[in-house]
Amino acid sequence: MKEIKLIEYFDPFAENKERARKLRVEVLMPTLEKGEEIILDFDGIVGVTQSFIHALISDLFRKFGAGVLDRVSFKNCNDKVKSVIATVSDYMQAAEW
Amino acid sequence: MRIELPPSVWLGTIETFLKRLDPSDLEKLEIETGDSWVTVHPMILAMIAALASGIDRKNIDLKNFKTISKDSFERMNLFKFLGTKTVDSKTDSEPAGKYIPITQIRDSDGLSNFIKDMVPLLHLDQDKSELISYVMSELGRNVLEHAKTPAGAFFAAEYSKDQNTIRIGIADCGIGLRASLQQSHHVNDDIDAIRLALTPGITGATSREGGTEQNAGAGLFFIKSISSANKNFMVIYSGDSLYKLLKRKDPALMLHANPFDDNHTKESGLPYWQGTVVGIDITLDSSIEFTAVMELIRAAYADAIRERKRLRKYKQPKFI
Repeated sequence: MKEIKLIEYFDPFAENKERARKLRVEVLMPTLEKGEEIILDFDGIVGVTQSFIHALISDLFRKFGAGVLDRVSFKNCNDKVKSVIATVSDYMQAAEW
Repeated sequence: MRIELPPSVWLGTIETFLKRLDPSDLEKLEIETGDSWVTVHPMILAMIAALASGIDRKNIDLKNFKTISKDSFERMNLFKFLGTKTVDSKTDSEPAGKYIPITQIRDSDGLSNFIKDMVPLLHLDQDKSELISYVMSELGRNVLEHAKTPAGAFFAAEYSKDQNTIRIGIADCGIGLRASLQQSHHVNDDIDAIRLALTPGITGATSREGGTEQNAGAGLFFIKSISSANKNFMVIYSGDSLYKLLKRKDPALMLHANPFDDNHTKESGLPYWQGTVVGIDITLDSSIEFTAVMELIRAAYADAIRERKRLRKYKQPKFI
């Protein structure tokens, strides 16, 4: 189980898609490919954009399907962050099926 | 380009201003004002700065620029972008915290730094500050990723105390929405391009549902939805067409995947703008929670994708 504190990578209002892509490519994907699970800890993150969350997790759905939600957990999210993650999660699954 | 600045230009009356643009000579930039006080939406200042970035400064001419509004233009950095430094303006008499001067954003980290450093200048509470950051980030990243112009995006914003509203403008002189979307979709004309750009799940980066790993085709739909929820104005001008989201009349909030189903006006045949311009007014009086809007977006977005998939014609087997 790998726990990633996002505040160590992003500003409290997390919106930088390029940095999200870098974390996805360099950390999230290799971790999941090794069969490990991930906890994304949003402690200290006050807000996110849809584009940021899309850049962070949408490709995980493409590579691993909706089952990736059994392997990636989202910790310490405020309600706004939760609503954006849920939205991206929904439309990625709608696109899948 | 010749620009006439009337005494006031706001999103509600933007068509009148746009119709008087004269794009017959794009090697020059002429700006003319009258003698009265001129107050314009930051979108206009962003447009002027974007235009000036591609024009030799010796071809930039300010005609009859005796306006008493010179100080406010100076404060917004307009003369810096025009390369026509003024010497006779007074010092800044406005209190701090009311505006974000014209700023050019060329790359991803530049945009992040701009949001981190400049949005606090508006002195908003955290919720509103995040909302403004959200809008600026999505609009700015659209330009950086799709406009294909090294000059990047030009931002300006101001707070209107009278209306308790933040006015934001962003402009670029890139390839425009039509050329961007034509890379992956059939686009009839500029107004069709604006419609597609506002439709959830449509991006110039791919024709695939769900977008690419970096682009969902959702940024403008989210901003339109936030604007609609808060009963704000939003305009998009690209090529020869303008779309204006009007203030929502229906007390019940409904989000539409098709922007033409919203309360709006649209117009084509306007003077051609090479690139894209967005103006938005965000009222700070709104009590609609971000999470409530997001729940509606969540439903509308997934429904739109499912509906397009339902209508999709599958390739048929050939029976011989």
